Amino acid sequence: MHINMKIDAKYTVVLVMLVGFISCQENARPNYQYMPNMYESVGYETYQEADVDVEGNQIFEYDMEARLPVDGTIPRGDFMPFEIDNTVEGYEEAKANLKSPLDSTQVDYEVGGPLYTIYCAICHGIKGAGDGTLAKKDLIIPGSYAEKDITIGSIYHTIYYGKNSMGSYANQLNESERWQVAEYVAKLKADLDK
Amino acid sequence: MKKSYQSLEDNSTNNMKQVIYRNLTSKILYLGFILLLTFSTSLTAQEGDPVNGKALYRTNCASCHKLDSRMTGPALRNVETRLAEEEGLDREWINAWIKNSAGLIRSGDPYAVKIYAEYNQTAMTAFPQLSNQDISDILAYTAEPKPEPVVAEVPTGVQGGGGDGLSSDIMLAALALLFALLAGALVLVNRTLKRFADEKGIEVPVKEKGTPIWKAFVQNQFLVLVTVIFFLLASAYFVYGFFMQVGIDQGYEPVQPIHYSHRIHAGENGIDCKYCHSSARVSKHSGIPSLNVCMNCHKSIAQVGDETQAEGISEYGVDYNAQIQKLYKAVGWDATTQQYTGETSPVKWIRIHNLPDFAYFNHSQHVSVAGVECQTCHGPVEEMEVMYQYAPLTMGWCINCHRETNINVKDNEYYTKIHEELSKKYGVEQLTAAQMGGLECGKCHY
Ligand code: HEC
Ligand code: HEC
Ligand code: HEC
Ligand code: HEC
Ligand code: HEC
Ligand code: HEC
Repeated sequence: MHINMKIDAKYTVVLVMLVGFISCQENARPNYQYMPNMYESVGYETYQEADVDVEGNQIFEYDMEARLPVDGTIPRGDFMPFEIDNTVEGYEEAKANLKSPLDSTQVDYEVGGPLYTIYCAICHGIKGAGDGTLAKKDLIIPGSYAEKDITIGSIYHTIYYGKNSMGSYANQLNESERWQVAEYVAKLKADLDK
Repeated sequence: MKKSYQSLEDNSTNNMKQVIYRNLTSKILYLGFILLLTFSTSLTAQEGDPVNGKALYRTNCASCHKLDSRMTGPALRNVETRLAEEEGLDREWINAWIKNSAGLIRSGDPYAVKIYAEYNQTAMTAFPQLSNQDISDILAYTAEPKPEPVVAEVPTGVQGGGGDGLSSDIMLAALALLFALLAGALVLVNRTLKRFADEKGIEVPVKEKGTPIWKAFVQNQFLVLVTVIFFLLASAYFVYGFFMQVGIDQGYEPVQPIHYSHRIHAGENGIDCKYCHSSARVSKHSGIPSLNVCMNCHKSIAQVGDETQAEGISEYGVDYNAQIQKLYKAVGWDATTQQYTGETSPVKWIRIHNLPDFAYFNHSQHVSVAGVECQTCHGPVEEMEVMYQYAPLTMGWCINCHRETNINVKDNEYYTKIHEELSKKYGVEQLTAAQMGGLECGKCHY
């Protein structure tokens, strides 16, 4: 009898310990690695947090490896500085004078269309009638392109800088993509106005 | 659609015609219109029709005005009474403002100038096409009382984010305590029973002393051998399993600084993955969106719907609205003035997927060139409340997929020639990624 009792107690201890172990096996931290120095890069990795201390100076603000481009530098390839300002006057100027650099052979709705679907349709709707998913839910209501007094230049200005409650899409689309999307919006407007 | 409007148009007034054109798509308006046409004779200019007003408001005003909070322009709930009481402005003024606010400002109207300056000289669109009747409809809509919110109770103790880890810990601790108590109780009961038995002089029958089972077992050498082998195999299996999973982070699910839910964004609201992870189209990394991308929407969405909020609290123990406030704090957005304060602090998202340094993986090649769905590798992201690593990301996993997947040659001139040659060489119609060289060490290892 007494022996049995002891066994009971032992089982309980084991059980409690098991529960303890299982609870430790959480997914909230990464697993062990065999040779971490083979896994972790010597150079900085994208998005890495890097605590770099050079002679007492913290090099990276917030220890953030990601940097902005140096002032005055431009990326290679598909880039032209945009001269028009983010002001009401700039908007009016773009509306009146800014023309698309793409000629009719370069305009490709097969390029602009899918990009529009990714970045704009969520608010403006697939056809630009202002009935995107978020608009249907009354969360963001942009209105239909048919209502708007827009030209290819003002569309580009809007994509580049945003307008009022609409944000800028300049960091998600590069220059030629922006023009392709603008052309596509102009086409949607033309279709709506029909 | 157009035909049926044609007939309406004939017996409506000129400005109504424009209204019709502006709202071709809106079904509600369509209904509203029929209503309006039916009642238009009986309506005076002062009484508006809120149903038509709502439709007009949605198409014209909602992109800048919310009813109950400031957006690009001021909140418009009860604007007419507000302006009348606070500024002594009448309907006349409102009509003039809506039809041409710029004109009113230029004419030097003091309140117009003041509010224009207050809103950082943001120009309100002119609406010359709206009739006085339209405007009174809109004002009737804005004068409707605010619908009672569904009260979402926030129980005290619900913390934003990371709350679930804590609560499961507490649960486990409670369980362990319960076990300990049970064990203690058992011991006590047994002891008291025994004491009773002793006092009453009852002999607890003691089992006959034969050979106990374990002794019999030890004496049987064959059984011992089999058991030992069994245990060795079993432990070898577990040890192998343990060593093989070292370095694999499948299921890794860290607690993020903002409880950001893919279920709500990519699932319920159907936002395209590439809207946020935009560099997946064009580069090696898929990228975590910078916060300005979040603000494209969250400038306008300061709170989740009441139902979403209630669901978040009851099912996930998260106060969603508090999470959006965290986002505002990080970007330094002041929702009351609708302006950035300039005080920012970065959000330190915890990286989940991370290949070792010696392996190379490129998103654009898989996403744009091969057209592989994100879900193939990242699992049912649109159902994940909290992001976790779905695939093991082992070399075997990569290689398996390369063996099984045909390459996508459609519209890809780069592949045309080499595909022709190689498919002849291997005698197959469709090459797999492996046959295109997807097993060569140098493709994935620097
Ligand atoms: C998060 C929702 C949202 C998304 C996504 C969005 N927009 Fe908008 N857009 C708006 C809102 C709201 C307005 C109304 C802004 C105003 O007039 O104050 C608007 C207005 C516009 C206008 C009219 C501006 C004018 O001159 O009156 C254009 C053109 C436009 N958007 C194009 C785009 C394009 C192109 C994209 C995709 C790259 C896009 N939008 C994505 C919300 C959005
Ligand atoms: C392009 C964005 C925009 C649109 C669209 C817009 N408004 Fe405005 N509205 C503003 C802004 C901004 C102000 C603040 C004054 C200013 O800066 O011009 C304002 C001010 C007002 C005011 C004065 C409110 C006050 O408290 O003084 C009224 C009334 C008004 N709007 C009504 C409307 C109505 C009705 C519509 C739809 C027919 C509409 N607005 C559409 C941007 C807009
Ligand atoms: C509204 C923006 C948004 C959308 C849309 C979105 N994501 Fe994310 N995604 C994020 C943010 C922010 C994070 C970082 C926080 C986290 O890990 O939960 C993230 C993290 C991830 C990660 C983990 C990254 C890591 O650290 O390893 C994956 C994988 C991912 N998203 C895939 C997807 C897929 C697939 C979709 C489409 C079904 C999608 N995302 C849609 C914003 C978005
Ligand atoms: C395309 C629009 C859009 C973008 C971009 C977006 N959100 Fe949201 N967000 C929403 C919508 C819609 C809701 C849900 C509102 C509702 O249910 O009423 C939401 C809800 C939320 C919530 C509360 C629910 C939850 O997920 O915990 C948080 C927090 C949030 N967003 C953070 C972010 C962050 C951080 C980003 C940037 C990585 C972001 N959002 C980008 C549209 C967006
Ligand atoms: C062929 C499988 C595969 C597909 C398809 C895929 N991913 Fe990934 N994803 C990975 C791997 C592997 C990593 C780890 C990369 C690394 O550490 O270098 C990763 C990492 C990520 C990350 C973390 C940040 C980064 O870029 O390293 C995000 C976010 C992400 N993926 C989102 C997406 C989205 C969104 C899509 C769809 C557009 C997608 N992925 C499609 C395999 C895939
Ligand atoms: C399709 C891409 C791919 C190819 C081809 C490939 N590898 Fe790998 N390899 C990987 C990935 C991804 C890892 C990282 C696995 C992990 O972290 O568990 C890896 C890991 C390894 C490791 C480290 C052991 C481990 O599991 O961490 C060795 C050694 C290795 N590979 C050798 C090779 C050799 C030799 C070849 C050529 C025969 C080769 N690999 C071809 C993707 C590849």
